[in-house]
Amino acid sequence: MANKLISEIPLPKSIANVFSARNISTAKDALTLTEFELMELLDVGLTEVRSALSQISEIVAPPYQTALSLMEQRFQNEHLGGHFPTGLKGLDAALCGGIPFGVLTELVGPAGIGKTQFCLKLSLLASLPTNYGGLDGRVIYIDVESKFSSRRLLEIGLRSFPEIFQMKEMAQEMAGRILVLRPTSLAEFTQSLEQIKVSLLQKQVKMLVIDSMAALVSGEHEQGARRQQTLSWHISFIKSLAEFSRIPVVVTNQVRSRNHEDASRYSFQVQSRDGAIGTTMQYDSHLVAALGIQWAHAVTTRLVLEAKSGERFIKVAKSPISPPLAFPFHITSSGILLLSDDGKEVMGPEINAIHCQGHNEIINFGMEGLH
Amino acid sequence: MEIWRLPISASQRGKLISAGYTSLSSLSSISSSDLARELNVSESEAMNILKVASHSRGSETSNASCSIVEVLDTFQWWAGAQSAWDMLHDEESLMHITTSSADLDNILGGGIHCKEVTEIGGVPGIGKTQLGIQIAVNVQIPNDFGGLGGNSIYIDTEGSFMVERAFQIAEACIEDMSEYNRFLRKDFQECKIKMQPQDILENIFYFRICSYTEQIALINYLDKFLSEHKDVKVIVVDSVTFHFRQDFDDMALRTRVLSGMALKLMNLAKRFSLAVVLLNQVTTKHTEASFQLALALGDSWSHTCTNRIVLYWNGNERYAYIDKSPSLRSA
Repeated sequence: MANKLISEIPLPKSIANVFSARNISTAKDALTLTEFELMELLDVGLTEVRSALSQISEIVAPPYQTALSLMEQRFQNEHLGGHFPTGLKGLDAALCGGIPFGVLTELVGPAGIGKTQFCLKLSLLASLPTNYGGLDGRVIYIDVESKFSSRRLLEIGLRSFPEIFQMKEMAQEMAGRILVLRPTSLAEFTQSLEQIKVSLLQKQVKMLVIDSMAALVSGEHEQGARRQQTLSWHISFIKSLAEFSRIPVVVTNQVRSRNHEDASRYSFQVQSRDGAIGTTMQYDSHLVAALGIQWAHAVTTRLVLEAKSGERFIKVAKSPISPPLAFPFHITSSGILLLSDDGKEVMGPEINAIHCQGHNEIINFGMEGLH
Repeated sequence: MEIWRLPISASQRGKLISAGYTSLSSLSSISSSDLARELNVSESEAMNILKVASHSRGSETSNASCSIVEVLDTFQWWAGAQSAWDMLHDEESLMHITTSSADLDNILGGGIHCKEVTEIGGVPGIGKTQLGIQIAVNVQIPNDFGGLGGNSIYIDTEGSFMVERAFQIAEACIEDMSEYNRFLRKDFQECKIKMQPQDILENIFYFRICSYTEQIALINYLDKFLSEHKDVKVIVVDSVTFHFRQDFDDMALRTRVLSGMALKLMNLAKRFSLAVVLLNQVTTKHTEASFQLALALGDSWSHTCTNRIVLYWNGNERYAYIDKSPSLRSA
């Protein structure tokens, strides 16, 4: 809509000619200039500029919908009102049905905690037909770190849905719906994204998984703010892709240690003199999610996976529709299993903290448990 | 008033000056056909110039001919100006939109003010979208219950508006109203709440914006929209920063566009007597050899909004801090 050509907008002939004479061909060019700039450039009076701008704006502005019609539309057209159930009852209940369509859901956690396992399980679920709780469509899995294991995928399938996967043709059909892309650089990733956007609907893609987002930039040699800028185009592109195609998009993120550049207080907090806020910040954990605060704003739902005193937890850290709950979980041969469907409510900023205690024991235990 | 201040195009101005008309009084006695001939422009253009000139002149001559006695009553000379006394009267009769949190309402002086632009910012996950949805629902509380009974516009730039959550909040709001009803009024038959959550959702006009051009276009279009939908009492923009942080290479352009947008929003707030709530993100700022959190979009943006609230974590609780306000203390 932004790049709508001025020539396509019904403006009075004289103004339209002037616009094209001065090389203002898209609505974007016209709207980014102020009224006085346009007057100078086009050599017309204020009233004409104003009426032209209001006509352009009216056409370029998106149409409105009442929230009620939005809700009705979603419930009618989409699976479960726009949610993709993960099969983990407690988590699905907390997320009002499951992973929401049309927005970014992030999985963040330390290495080896189970993010890829979760992604594999979700991809499998999405490829299943609807009577088994799936989306009956293709899944695009962008595997940056080469962690995708088809053998593991089939093992999960066999254990969770033996009735489907024992038949070789069915197993082939389901696994055939998961397309794995392995971009080796950010440029390749960008290209793949653009291709995906074009062929999304016709190929019946029902879910996009990116594992992992952080690995894409860690190869580029930039720090901090520059690194965020590199990804900013991709962030808005992926968001708009999710939005217009109404599919769930799951992205994994890594963790890094907190460094002195991480701000966590505002200027007025620092100046407070009543001593209510201590001058020495006690960090509960030394880990923070990679990719920075701009990324944290862009994702709609954030699921934090962490290890605390030898147990793994999946926490709903940021979500517009759920309370802050933590669920203990296990990795089994059939994927992820919640140990308890009643989440524990976590107060305050603790929900955002990422712990990694007792993690090594879990890895060793897990390896034995899998075989 | 000089010719160069008239809102006419540059070439017309150039022609006027080269033909010898440098001040307005020189235009007062000429007819439009003579002017058209002298300047070599069309008759309609000449009429337009004269009309514009007489407008600006009209306001000046009335200044000159007023006597001292009339000074006190004729504040209408300058279109749109109001005496401070009238403004006080207006402000006192304005309602506020409650945020459903008594403490927040207290530090805001009753709630979100109409005719003002309020900016709310905070880290991700603190509840900005929640507060935005709450305000969009609360503005619909009917007048009998102390609300404005108006509709709301929700401009979503990030896709974080979840209808299910809005439905939950609407249900809770109606429940609150029923409670209040039962508590204060004794006759149940008369004051039954007829509102359903669906009715509340029907009064939220939702716009989804995918680029900053659409954002600018929409704010221009709101002028027309608001004249058609007079019941709208609040505009919530969630969030105003998203599209401006993505890929703007030209920072000066960004500042110009943002300030233009802010002025238009303030204009809308004043003309239609509604409240504008902008939700903002945070970024890190390097000050005094340490990194601190600050609201995004830079220092020039921080001048444009009337009120500023920052939401932050303090221990295990969410706090709100009034960072900037013309009439309220920092709290």
